[in-house]
Amino acid sequence: MSSTGIRDRVAIVGMGCTRFGELWDQGTNDLLTDAAVECTTSAGVAIDAIDAFWLGTLGAGNSGITLSKPLKIGYKPVTRVENFCATGSEAFRNACYAVASGAYELVMAIGVEKLKDSGYSGLTGIHKVGDGTNAALSSPAAFSFLVPAYCHKYGVDPDEMSSVLNRIAWKNHRNGAVNPRAQYQKEVSLEKIAASPRVAGQLGVFDCSGVSDGAAAAIICRAEDAYKYTDSPLYVKGLSLVAGPAAGAIDPDYDYTSFEEVVRSAADAYQQAGVDDPRSQLAMAEVHDCFTPTELVLMEDLGFADRGTAWKEVMAGTFDRDGELPVNPDGGLKSFGHPIGATGLRMLFECWLQLRQEAPPERQIAAVTEGRRTLGLTHNLGGAPGECVSFVGVVGTERSE
Amino acid sequence: MEPGIVSWGVYLPYWRLERRAIGQAFGTGGGKGSRAVASYDEDTTSMAVEAGRRALTPPGVPEPADLFFSTPAPAYLDKTNATTVHAGLGLASGSGAYDLCGSVRSSWATLQLAALAGARAPALAVVADLRTGLPGGPDETQGGDGAVAFLFAAEGGVTQQLGHASCTDEFLDRWRVPGETASRQWEDRFGEEAYLPLARSAFERALADAGIAAGDVDHLVVSGLQARAVAGLKKSLGVPADRVAPDHAGVIGNLGAAQTGLALADVLERATVGQVVVVVELADGADAVVLRTTGALPAVQEARREAGLTAVADLVGEGRSDLDYAVYLSWRGMLHREPPRRPDPERPDAPASRRTEGWKFGFNASRCTVCGFRHLPPTRVCLSCQSVDQMTSERMADLRGTVATFTIDHLAFSLSPPMVGAVIDFDGGGRYRGEMTDVDPGSVAVGTRVAMTFRRLYTTEGVHNYFWKARPVSDGSLGEMDGSEPEVNRAEGAATS
Repeated sequence: MSSTGIRDRVAIVGMGCTRFGELWDQGTNDLLTDAAVECTTSAGVAIDAIDAFWLGTLGAGNSGITLSKPLKIGYKPVTRVENFCATGSEAFRNACYAVASGAYELVMAIGVEKLKDSGYSGLTGIHKVGDGTNAALSSPAAFSFLVPAYCHKYGVDPDEMSSVLNRIAWKNHRNGAVNPRAQYQKEVSLEKIAASPRVAGQLGVFDCSGVSDGAAAAIICRAEDAYKYTDSPLYVKGLSLVAGPAAGAIDPDYDYTSFEEVVRSAADAYQQAGVDDPRSQLAMAEVHDCFTPTELVLMEDLGFADRGTAWKEVMAGTFDRDGELPVNPDGGLKSFGHPIGATGLRMLFECWLQLRQEAPPERQIAAVTEGRRTLGLTHNLGGAPGECVSFVGVVGTERSE
Repeated sequence: MEPGIVSWGVYLPYWRLERRAIGQAFGTGGGKGSRAVASYDEDTTSMAVEAGRRALTPPGVPEPADLFFSTPAPAYLDKTNATTVHAGLGLASGSGAYDLCGSVRSSWATLQLAALAGARAPALAVVADLRTGLPGGPDETQGGDGAVAFLFAAEGGVTQQLGHASCTDEFLDRWRVPGETASRQWEDRFGEEAYLPLARSAFERALADAGIAAGDVDHLVVSGLQARAVAGLKKSLGVPADRVAPDHAGVIGNLGAAQTGLALADVLERATVGQVVVVVELADGADAVVLRTTGALPAVQEARREAGLTAVADLVGEGRSDLDYAVYLSWRGMLHREPPRRPDPERPDAPASRRTEGWKFGFNASRCTVCGFRHLPPTRVCLSCQSVDQMTSERMADLRGTVATFTIDHLAFSLSPPMVGAVIDFDGGGRYRGEMTDVDPGSVAVGTRVAMTFRRLYTTEGVHNYFWKARPVSDGSLGEMDGSEPEVNRAEGAATS
């Protein structure tokens, strides 16, 4: 895959993020307003100063009017984007390219989802015309395919695998417990996680991310203009999004222990960002832990662990907040739930706080505060094993050259 | 070479309900034996496809030019159900498919019609029944579900028709107003009295037509839902008891419209050359036919064994009998179970279903003629070599596969949760992710062998969603469908359909 990238050509100069949760008292318009206002306040600009907008949402609304109407944005370009669970990151990526192209000076990427009003458990699809032959498996079921396949390939005992998955859930809830914006702000014991009722395959309730409402936003400008708005911008180092040919779903060679889309998008983003050893170079990573086995496999696909070893690294605490490479220090989808359009920007918000040393002291990352590392990664996955889109982004506080 | 039956297929569902379970539920106790039960994802149309597949399995069987389908429990009214069966069997669009639905007696007409049509061009008769009744009643305990199919052709018949006769009378023995969930029946003794003289007359006149004496009958089949009359006739027609064909009703129940076919298939699997078979069916009158087996029979019997088709006598003893009565009631819509807090499944859209008929109903893959990669569902662009429109269509329904990975889904909508999902890799290439059925969730493993079966996934807004599922097979037993090489599609149409 060849891409030249836009390393250090644009910067994030303001961000906002609502609390995520079962927000019965807030509608889509409220969430968009709160995120946008926090974001513009953070950058010290009025909404009128923004030249163009990218709105990411799967189902909260159609068209740019979903944003321009509640915020009374006057006659500006507003683009609504959707790319499954990578929707928030996709809004951000396109906004960055608009600035890098020179078309606009100051833009906003904003994502929202209002899931809790549906009245259903879990995510629900949107009606598509069809012949009724698509297997109506739930999302946890589609991701649970990873578990027996991983165990089979690497000879991991199913009980050992349960401990690994439980520890991922435990770690992310532990991080979320000290995050006032998280949906769940409580630590959960390993015993409670292990005893949760089964949802699909080997996955219990605590192996699944929650269902929540939320919104998040970022303001992006040309790198050379960044200091007009903030003393501590975040520079965009690499952005990669790939959509796979859905090979795994139809190719018997696919073994359900990896996401090729993630491998490809990570390699592309690393090449753009000049990262050659992510485990030692990244200060933190926010990854798409929609289900615990997803996070396990991502550790290998993103190059944080060698093939077949991530389960051992998880048990060794490598990805804990005080580990070698903290993963999901804000609590991840596990603690935040997954309002689709907002998630990618929520991940970026944790990079914004951590890398600029604005995270609360109880969850600050040592490698940042000690000045050893300056890069953060966000990763989104949309779809299911064998058939997905993947986004990898790298941001950092230092501008190269 | 005689015109007549050249092949047959019998389908019995996987599930048996112990009659004792019904007695226990009502606290009345009692109940012996069991009945065959169509699963939550089966109906008369899907069972008809399964019976038809079995009839068309032996190599060299001619392709039917006409298909006649009969059931007293049709999945659709106004719309033809035989077209679904036709599509499920992957038959060519240049052939006929007709319903003869409504009463049990329609099944006799269906077989006769196919026999007549078959003398000109191969004709397939398929009869299916799904016997329901009010909870605790005799129709529920004594009924059974299943389907049979008979293929008739101008040559190579294993039977020759020697004679036949019919009697008709108008009387109320059993009936059902359209829309009702159960049939009603007049007092037993009345029906018995009405049927006995009609059936005797039909039997005697058929024998006279054939020039055969009762003592020359080698196999006597008597069927019907009037149990007292049927039992009485078996003893009183002058045919020795050891020549009366078994009905297997103790284990599978009375299959109603399909009972005659089941017993006849059983006889044909055991009969020898030159034997006389008399079939009498009681249904609002009586019909009788006298057949003689021909010299073609042994080769057909042998071909069926070689094709891995299970004999009726063995099929009856298969199946799984630990079905809970409450689950059975929920399958039949007699007990409304709390659904998961999930949206209703989506209605299949008519234009999309028509465009993908070869996939949805025929389970056809597309194989790239450049590199050989097989795609399920069919696609126009090859995943492996990116060639465009270089595909040939292949029927996958009769191939075996292996489970690559699997899950038990407690969240997904299912009429009988949990849903079992699996990734299936087919022999000879091709992967498909779908549902499993007739399966014990605890016994699925990576490596489990499966065969495909035609099912009704669910019904939304009055539209039945038919498609294929995988079911576990142990090679050589329940899975009669043995196919190492894919058949060339019978269906016409685009390679990508």
